[in-house]
Amino acid sequence: MHNLLDKVRPHFEKGGRFPKMYRTFEAFETFLFVKGDVTTRGSHIRDAMDMKRTMFHVIIALTPVLLFGMWNVGLQHYRAMGEEVAFIDQFLFGLIRVLPLVVVSYASGLIVEFIFATIRDHEVNEGFLVSGMLIPLIIPVTTPLWMVAVATVFAVIIGKEVFGGTGMNILNPALLARSFLFFAYPAYLSGEENPAGNFVWTQAPADQAVDAFSGATPLAVAATESTIGEASVSQIMESMPSALEMFLGTIPGSVGETSTLLILLGGLILVATGVGSVRIMLSVVAGGLFMGLLFNLFAVNAFMELPVYYHLIMGGFAFGTVYMATDPVSASQTGSGKYIYGFLIGVVTLLIRVVNPAYPEGMMLAILFMNVFAPLIDHYVVEANIKRRMKRLQAVGEKSA
Amino acid sequence: MSENNNQTQPEALFSARNKKLLTNPLGKDNPINVQVLGICSVLAITVQLRTSLVMAISVVAVMGLANVIISILRKTIPPRIRIIVQLTVIASLVILVDQVLKAFVYDISRQLSVFVGLIITNCIIMGRLEAFALKNKVWPSFLDGIGNAAGYGWVLLTVGFFRELLGSGTLMGHQVIPDFMYEMGYENNGFMILPPMALITVGVIIWVQRHRDRSLVDVS
Repeated sequence: MHNLLDKVRPHFEKGGRFPKMYRTFEAFETFLFVKGDVTTRGSHIRDAMDMKRTMFHVIIALTPVLLFGMWNVGLQHYRAMGEEVAFIDQFLFGLIRVLPLVVVSYASGLIVEFIFATIRDHEVNEGFLVSGMLIPLIIPVTTPLWMVAVATVFAVIIGKEVFGGTGMNILNPALLARSFLFFAYPAYLSGEENPAGNFVWTQAPADQAVDAFSGATPLAVAATESTIGEASVSQIMESMPSALEMFLGTIPGSVGETSTLLILLGGLILVATGVGSVRIMLSVVAGGLFMGLLFNLFAVNAFMELPVYYHLIMGGFAFGTVYMATDPVSASQTGSGKYIYGFLIGVVTLLIRVVNPAYPEGMMLAILFMNVFAPLIDHYVVEANIKRRMKRLQAVGEKSA
Repeated sequence: MSENNNQTQPEALFSARNKKLLTNPLGKDNPINVQVLGICSVLAITVQLRTSLVMAISVVAVMGLANVIISILRKTIPPRIRIIVQLTVIASLVILVDQVLKAFVYDISRQLSVFVGLIITNCIIMGRLEAFALKNKVWPSFLDGIGNAAGYGWVLLTVGFFRELLGSGTLMGHQVIPDFMYEMGYENNGFMILPPMALITVGVIIWVQRHRDRSLVDVS
């Protein structure tokens, strides 16, 4: 393999047959091997953890969630149709539905990446390896493929390339893709039934489903029941799946967001490999719990009385906490900044969920919102640090004088 | 563009300098793309091409006339109260435009609603009065007003075109996306109707423009 690459390399370098394609070639080469660059001046300490390896760890951490998501798609489908089938059939059904989403997301995003890398003559950025996997995981399985493609292209161009590519983006590209879908095609991304006559969250035609099946996500149940009726909190909890089901993830929802258990596993992998920030994850949870308890204390409707831990296992809270909020580019960079950033994500998420009936899920909007504020938080953390050190310096100066 | 006060010899109506007054604002001195003024109305009224068109025409009329009137009065306006005088002139013209719209295109006037009145506060108009009409003769002022309004107008129309086409599948109210596309699963993009998308569309126009004219890119 390496020999083959070496053999074709001259064709892509300057003077070769396809100099324009050099960046494409380089991307494939470094994808397979660590690049053979040697520092030319001075001594450097180098690590095998270049960005591609980092991204690869995230992919590993995403795999359990993805596999579970595939199975859950099948499970929900057969549940809706009222059929009992074997585990492997459920998984295969989900595989066939989810795989096209992954392929479309990767293909459309990478085409844009390669075009920009060629025009601007920079390396193809590996950031999209993760975004391309995240996008299919945070949308309903029923999203039409062309919409996925449009949203991905939009997210890569407007979210990333206009700011200068990977590492320069203000917003998380995967969430940008989802929010684009959410605002552009709301009927396909929220509610119970999409215009094509399908459930939004379950791959099954709505008119053929068994009567007992409701396609609504737990969050939607909570939001609608508490706004329309006089439903008490116990009634709401009854019409929702049990807490155990929500923790395990056998509920309707976006492909990868349902299983809190496996997301925790992925979170452990991220933390163990040093890719994800524990500070952010913990502070998001803390922010969510804080706001949830506050709601419990001053509850005026049933939704506000909902036990706090429900919020952690419903909807995209866990997924967003582990995979989205910790995005190293768009999150806060400073240590204490990360606490503030994470905490506010938790708080805003619950605010949007509970107070605003128009948006049942608040994780996406909360993270995007705090992405925008991350540089500001960092700025003040750095300023405060400088001030403190200046004071210390002055104190030392006075003593010695 | 401000020091044009040499009154030594009469110049032709469309001298090179005068032509520039008309064409510069269309391109490298565009009030929206380069000076980033008047964004508010771009976000608000470009959901449909028709409203964009009416708005563009209204602004051309107000701006051309306001520049002419201020230019005629420029020697009699006391500098201290010039802003109030400018506002009064613009406001009177806007009221005129508003009445005309109400009389002839009532529906569109309803859609534009408050934004016709808000032409008064459109900073492009005030800016040109301050920067140009107060210091220049009538004819160049007129050209400058028309030029800037046209520069504003074409951006408005471009944004309106894309927003209506992608957001509603129509142009000037007529459906242009054929039915079979919808049957194949095509959906109108609801995001295009929301104001943020207007901002992004303007951003893309700016991007394309700066890509073609590198002198606009600030290298400092």
